[in-house]
Amino acid sequence: MAILQQILFVAALATAAWFLIRRAGLIRRAIQLGKPENRTDRPNERFSIMLRVAFGQKKMMTNLTVGLMHFVIYVGFVIVNIEVLEIVLDGILGTHRLFAPYTGAVYPFLINTFEILALGVWIVCVVFLIRRFVTKVPRFQPERHREMTRWPRTDAALILILEILLMTAFLTWNASDSVLREREVGHYGELSNVGTFVVSQFLMPLFANWSDAALVACERFTWWFHILGILFFAVYLTYSKHLHIVLAFPNTYFSDLKPKGEMKNMADITKEVQLALGIAQADPNEAPAEPGRFGARDVRDLTWKNLMDAYSCTECGRCTAACPANITGKKLSPRKIMMDTRDRLEDIQRGWQQNGPEHDDGKTLLGDYITAEEINACTTCQACVQECPVNINPLDIILQLRRYKIMEEAQAPASWNAMFSNVENNMAPWKFSPGDRFNWADQVNQ
Amino acid sequence: MNTETNYQVPTMADLAAKGETPEVLFWVGCAGSFDDRYKKVTIAFVKILNHVGIKFAVLGTEETCTGDPARRAGNEFLFQMQAVANIQVMDGYGIKKIVTACPHCFNTLKNEYPELGGTYEVIHHSQFLQQLINEGKVTLKGGGAFKGRRITYHDSCYLGRANKVYEAPREVLQALDADLVEMKRSRTKGLCCGAGGAQYFKEPEPGRKDINVERTEEALSTGADTIAVACPFCMTMMTDGIKNKDREDSVKVYDLAELVAQAQSL
Repeated sequence: MAILQQILFVAALATAAWFLIRRAGLIRRAIQLGKPENRTDRPNERFSIMLRVAFGQKKMMTNLTVGLMHFVIYVGFVIVNIEVLEIVLDGILGTHRLFAPYTGAVYPFLINTFEILALGVWIVCVVFLIRRFVTKVPRFQPERHREMTRWPRTDAALILILEILLMTAFLTWNASDSVLREREVGHYGELSNVGTFVVSQFLMPLFANWSDAALVACERFTWWFHILGILFFAVYLTYSKHLHIVLAFPNTYFSDLKPKGEMKNMADITKEVQLALGIAQADPNEAPAEPGRFGARDVRDLTWKNLMDAYSCTECGRCTAACPANITGKKLSPRKIMMDTRDRLEDIQRGWQQNGPEHDDGKTLLGDYITAEEINACTTCQACVQECPVNINPLDIILQLRRYKIMEEAQAPASWNAMFSNVENNMAPWKFSPGDRFNWADQVNQ
Repeated sequence: MNTETNYQVPTMADLAAKGETPEVLFWVGCAGSFDDRYKKVTIAFVKILNHVGIKFAVLGTEETCTGDPARRAGNEFLFQMQAVANIQVMDGYGIKKIVTACPHCFNTLKNEYPELGGTYEVIHHSQFLQQLINEGKVTLKGGGAFKGRRITYHDSCYLGRANKVYEAPREVLQALDADLVEMKRSRTKGLCCGAGGAQYFKEPEPGRKDINVERTEEALSTGADTIAVACPFCMTMMTDGIKNKDREDSVKVYDLAELVAQAQSL
């Protein structure tokens, strides 16, 4: 029986690892579709940002209550998973609480810590479900945000419910195990130094009338449910918004270190401008440059960091809740920009898997996913960039899409075209004579 | 009021002809040059510069749009044409330091011109005014015209989030001894007036409400009778918002430089 469980366990572990590696590879390939951009300079500064923003969750703390609740889940989930190490080893080796005999009094201390955290995670997940579905925090509501219908909504509920189930299984497992230990049933009685645990002791009375056989079944079921749940969760992550728990770290490390107000320069245009103004001479030996695309029409025109941003987004909607365009009812939602970018990447991946790596579905990010009306509503106010707890930059994508719309398709709102022509001919965005520019000085002494 | 009427506005060309260089170039910007309302801010700032005796100059008719609205709208070609031409002019005069009353010009000159070869020390007039106050060059006596007046400050995005200038404008207002009240959304959470990203130069996309009205309502809810701004586009948007709410008789929108000039009776 024990060996059968071991075989099943190793098989489960291997299956999860196979799915995980495959998905990680696909996501990596998807991110690499983006154009190169150097984000490895100033490593100390980057590391410090990662420590503060990802590890320390600095930006989550602007709303302290929610920030602390999120912190409980984060710390709880990370630390409870240390216990997973023992569980995995037990599973492979067919042992039971492998570390207990070697760690003495530290063992119950550790398990008690895990239990308190597990209870914390459990409570916060319930509160988060209530916030989302009962008290209806506005930024999550599909009535107000069209990107929050169907899958994103289900995804959020699934994550919270799954975490509640995992924590419930962990605590129930400890409780049933403690009862078995007290009753000294079989090998359970051998760990005399472990005792009962701080949270699960309150669940033990539930099992008072259970038979030994039923208790063993419960102990085994909850043990298996917990670990299989974790393995499932690990694979599920890669399809879910919840991937932020992994990508938050690299995504903050590769943050944009420039001042927020600085737009990326287009070096190929600088070259042409300098030629046009006679500042630089064309190098006759240089091969004519491949005519690239100005701005971005699809994910391949964005940078890899834009694409990593998309996979790091957990759809919390802080960006959209701060967006002046969205607040006043325009179609633009920075969260939707990120979700559309990820959806586009996922659709491309699906195409690869179904029709081979050269498959082109003929769709584009701008047009099939994001409309001109959305990007034209942006005031470039940086609120979305400021708000993102994992330093995602939706504005950078919006501006690259605008560049495509203007420079490749020449499709600007008519009044923008007028503004362009004024800047070009009158040296100001309005149709004033450049010669009148200094007339204000006549009024200084009036 | 001051009867002195000999304020000077030297141009770079004037000074260059005399073989002189100014301490600082005052970059007026298109709104500061052409917009009737913001010209008053330009004039107020020029009066302050004269008053403290700083050697400054303007480019006059040699100044052209920095290219910011073109770049934000997506027209990188036009932006770079403007930028490179402006850099040529400024480098021709050997300009090192620039002050401007427009956060958009400020951001572009400071952050975006270096990549195209134009590197200058660029400060916004709010920072400049703060320095003058800190150095005692501008003294704003307490108990003056602003004592007890409620002022709320509207953060410009290109000053605040884009360049982390949050405190300088507030310190200037505090020096006025006014009652500075904050809007619910301020500093990093400040709500845009609706003009940025070249929105100023087109009609808003369809929606429930105009952004400037949303922001003006918030400003009015503080009970302030003065909305202080530090950006020509915020100025227009907030002024239009006040008109939209029929409050133009009781609530005024002023730029920091105007308030400082008023406090000094310039």
